[in-house]
This record gives sequence, structure tokens and C-alpha cells, in this order.
Amino acid sequence: MVTPTRDRQPKVQVRDLSIHYGGKAALAGATFEIHEHEIFGIIGPAGSGKTSFLRAMNRMDLFNPAMEVGGEISMDGKDVRKWKNVYALRRRIGVVFPLPVGLPMSIYENVALAPRLGGTRKRADLDVIVERCLTRAALWDEVKDRLDSLGSLLSGGQQQRLTIARALSQEPELLLLDEFSIAVDPVTTMKIEDVLKELRQELTIVLVTNLVQQARRLADRTAFFLTGELVEVAPTEDLFTGGASDERTTAYVEGRFG
Amino acid sequence: MFEATELNHRNQRTEKLWRLLFLMMTLLLILPVAVILTVLVVKGGPSLSIDFLFTEPTQGMTAGGILPALVGTVWLVVVALIASVPIGVAAALYLSEYAPDNWLTRIINLAIINLAGVPSIVHALFGVGAFVAFFRFGTSILAASLTLAVMTLPVVIVSTREALKAVPQAFREACWNMGATRWQTIRKVVLPNSVSGILTGVILEVSRTAGETAPIMFTGAAFFLPFLPQSVYDQTMALSLHLFVVSTQVPDVPEGLPFGVALVLIGLVLSMNAVSIGFRMVLRGKKKW
Ligand SMILES: Nc1ncnc2c1ncn2[C@@H]1O[C@H](COP(=O)(O)OP(=O)(O)O)[C@@H](O)[C@H]1O
Ligand SMILES: [Mg+2]
Repeated sequence: MVTPTRDRQPKVQVRDLSIHYGGKAALAGATFEIHEHEIFGIIGPAGSGKTSFLRAMNRMDLFNPAMEVGGEISMDGKDVRKWKNVYALRRRIGVVFPLPVGLPMSIYENVALAPRLGGTRKRADLDVIVERCLTRAALWDEVKDRLDSLGSLLSGGQQQRLTIARALSQEPELLLLDEFSIAVDPVTTMKIEDVLKELRQELTIVLVTNLVQQARRLADRTAFFLTGELVEVAPTEDLFTGGASDERTTAYVEGRFG
Repeated sequence: MFEATELNHRNQRTEKLWRLLFLMMTLLLILPVAVILTVLVVKGGPSLSIDFLFTEPTQGMTAGGILPALVGTVWLVVVALIASVPIGVAAALYLSEYAPDNWLTRIINLAIINLAGVPSIVHALFGVGAFVAFFRFGTSILAASLTLAVMTLPVVIVSTREALKAVPQAFREACWNMGATRWQTIRKVVLPNSVSGILTGVILEVSRTAGETAPIMFTGAAFFLPFLPQSVYDQTMALSLHLFVVSTQVPDVPEGLPFGVALVLIGLVLSMNAVSIGFRMVLRGKKKW
């Protein structure tokens, strides 16, 4: 399962990243790399700064004047804050947050929206994208007969998969998943996990998860965040087989706190 | 066995008491409206007729109908709507979808709130200075409607912002996160889900101005002018001013006539409200989230 990732150029480089909300630190001095075509796990207890990192990556600090980002996050060698066209940056990054959001338009339009905004007009092309993305998000079979019904009226778990399908519809290079399985049942979670493993061929995935076993199943390398500090980054297997260099990590993955 | 305690009983009694109190307050609120409507219908009803609606006033406004005033009020309100809706909606869109939360925005918000509190007679004087004199529209429907539009802009902005606020922020962020611009987000998500609320609010606010007298008295409404207006540059009669005139300015008016005018005025406002409620029902048939 662990593919050698050492030789690849880093997809994302994080240098001395610090994040504050109204002066209060959420993340301080984090430095790490995310390799191309890997699943990069981020684990850690609630409030340790995992979500904040994803927000900074997608430039969501622009939505919240209280959020200040210091240091550097580079994608393909270019600092995300130096992108003049932030919309182009966000189109290359797909995000899924824990609270599912089905937009109040048809299921079809939910998934076709991003391609449409990206300039795809032909119905046939959109049909293909919609089916592929819904299939990958393990939702196609449940909704293929009612693509015209409202996405915002699906059940929570279905809306979460719709959100995943929407993120995939952008054809992102980088997929940021934040505790995606919180609203999804275990069987569906497994289906989506299988898809994520396949998707690794095409894109880079950052998987924030509150389930350490999910990180173990999926992530090539994993970072452990603790109250705003990056404790360590290591190949996932090492963390789970006593190879962690910090004993707090070992304690956390063994479930002794958190 | 579960037994309700003395505390449970007491809570239940208090609950009933509060409920009753709030119900009484609500009924108290409806009372004046009911009285007004009853008096109007009883006293004004007999003077209503097809002729009353569709003929001109005669014999020094002590007889005949109210057609020029009715038509004039419709003109005034419609032109005011056309002027205030685009500006008000655009301003509200800017303030709620684009404006950063800084001192300038806060000052603008404060100004809007204060503008809503400016007495209508002050707007009237502004209208005379700005539209009648400076822009040389003269006393005309145009000047009067623009005065009404300026007067209602603050409430139009506020009610539009309320409608925009009803669209959950999560929808916007989901869109932005896909790389949509603010405008794309407004077009695809915000407007489609707030347009019924916007229209409802806007029509409600503007139709209220049908009853205003002061702002149109010096800017475009005529005391007595038994012709229908041909363009926005004409003066016109208006129901509100006509009501004022026949109740206080003209001798020997039959008692039922002013009530009839008032009834028509209220009927007009209520039917515009009905239109706006119709909009809401058509555009937002069922719950979307
Ligand atoms: N919008 C916000 N405003 C203020 N503080 C926030 C906000 N979002 C997160 N925080 C704070 O930042 C810290 C890290 O939060 P977060 O990144 O959500 O952690 P995690 O995703 O690991 O649970 C927490 O202390 C949290 O209270
Ligand atoms: Mg989080």
C-alpha cells in the first residue's frame, strides 16, 4: 500500500505556517511537505488546527477578516497567497468540509456547476462528468433516477457524498477532505475510501480525519497536529508500529488520549 | 409510577398564563385594524360603484368619481418602483455580498438607517429642490415619483438585505470554494433563492408610499385636475392628496365620499400586497432547504 514517495517533487510545501483568529493562535510554525500523488493524512484532537490548515490552503482566509495567515504555503512551488487569480487557484483545489452542503439546485446542477463555471457547455460532456463524479462519490445508484430533485433535500449522508462529487467535478489536482466520514455510514465510507485509493493515481489528497484507523488504512504519510503544533510527520505505518519519534504521537494513535 | 410534582403543576400553570398574555397582546394588535376596516366599509361602502371608480370628480369634487386620482396614484407608485428597485437592490447586493466590514461600510449602514428616519416632509422639500428645480422636471409625476423613490430607498435596501441574509452563508462558501467569483455565486445561488423575498419586500415597501401625501404635494400632485396623465412629465391627482382635500379643504362634501376614497386607497395598497404575496408563492413554491 505504501508507495515510495521520496523521489517525487513536493506538491505542497508548507513553511513556518502560522494561523491566528483575532490574535489567538490556531497553528504555529508548521513546516512540512505533501508529495504528489500521495494521500497525506492529518490527525489530531479537536481544536488542533487541522481545519485551519485546509482553510489557509484554499485561501478561505479571504472569507473571514479575523483569520490571519503567516508563513508560506506553496503549491507547485508558488505561494498560494501570491496567486493573483484566487478563483483559478480554488478551481484546482477541491474541498470537502465536515458539514455537508447540498446547494439548493438539482442534484445534476450541483455537480455540473463547477464544470459550467469552468466553461463546459455541452450537455453531453456535462452528463459524462456528472455520472462519473456521482459514481466515484458512491451516490450514483441512489440518485440516478432523480437527478432533477433538489440536492439540498437529500439526507445528510447523501449530501456529504454530493459535496464530494462536487469537489471532484472541478477535476482538482489537490483534494482536501475534512472528516468527510462524519455524516456517512460505515459501508459507504468504505466505498469512498476505495475510490480515494484509486484517485491517488490522478491527484494528491489531504485527508484530515478524526479516525486514526482511517488514516492508517489510507494515508501514505501522516502528520500529527496537537493544539496548534505540528508534532511530527512520518510514513503512516511507522506511526502505528512504534516508530513515532514523539511519545505523544504514540499515545494518541494508541488511543490513550485525544 | 410517574407522578407529576407540585413544581410540574406550577410550571404548567405559568406556561398557560404566559401563553394567554401573549395571545391577548396579539388580539389587541388586530383590534384597531379591524375597527378601521369596519368603519371604512360601513361608511364608505355605499359610495363605491363602478361610476365612482371610473369617472372624474364633478361639482367642485363634491360629486362624481375618483378616476384621475386612482390612475395618478398607480402612475406614482409604478414609476417610484421602477426608480428605486434597481438602485436599492444593487446597493443591497453590494453591501451584503461585496462590502468588506470596515469603517466606510459601517458609516454607510448607519446613514441608511438614519435616512429611513427622515420625516417625509423633509424628503418633500428635498424633492422640490432636487427634482423640480435643479433637474428641471417641474412639478410632475417624475419629480414626485423620484421623491417617493428616494424616500423608500433605505427601506428597500434594508428589506432586500434581509432577503439576502436568509440565504445560508454555507451556500456561498461552498460556491466560492469551487472557484466561483462573488458575481457567479450571486447569480447561481444567492439571487435565485432570494428573488421572491426581495420582490415581496420591495413591493410591500413601495406600495406603502401610495398613502404618502407630503412628498408628492409640492412635487407633482395636483389639487384638482380632471384629466388622466399622458406622460411622466404631467402633473396628476393622487388618492392620498384627494382624500386630504375632500376631507378638509372642500365644503359640502357628502359624508360618505372621503370614506369611499380611503377605502379605494386601502384596497389599492392591499391589492399590491396581494401581488407581492403572489410573487412569493409563484417563485418559492416549496421549501428548498
Ligand atoms: N472561525 C474561527 N474563529 C475563531 N477561532 C477559530 C475559528 N476556527 C477555528 N478557531 C480556533 O482555532 C483553533 C483550531 O481550530 P481548527 O482548525 O478548527 O481545529 P481542528 O480542525 O483540528 O479541530 C481552535 O482553538 C478553534 O477554537
Ligand atoms: Mg476540524
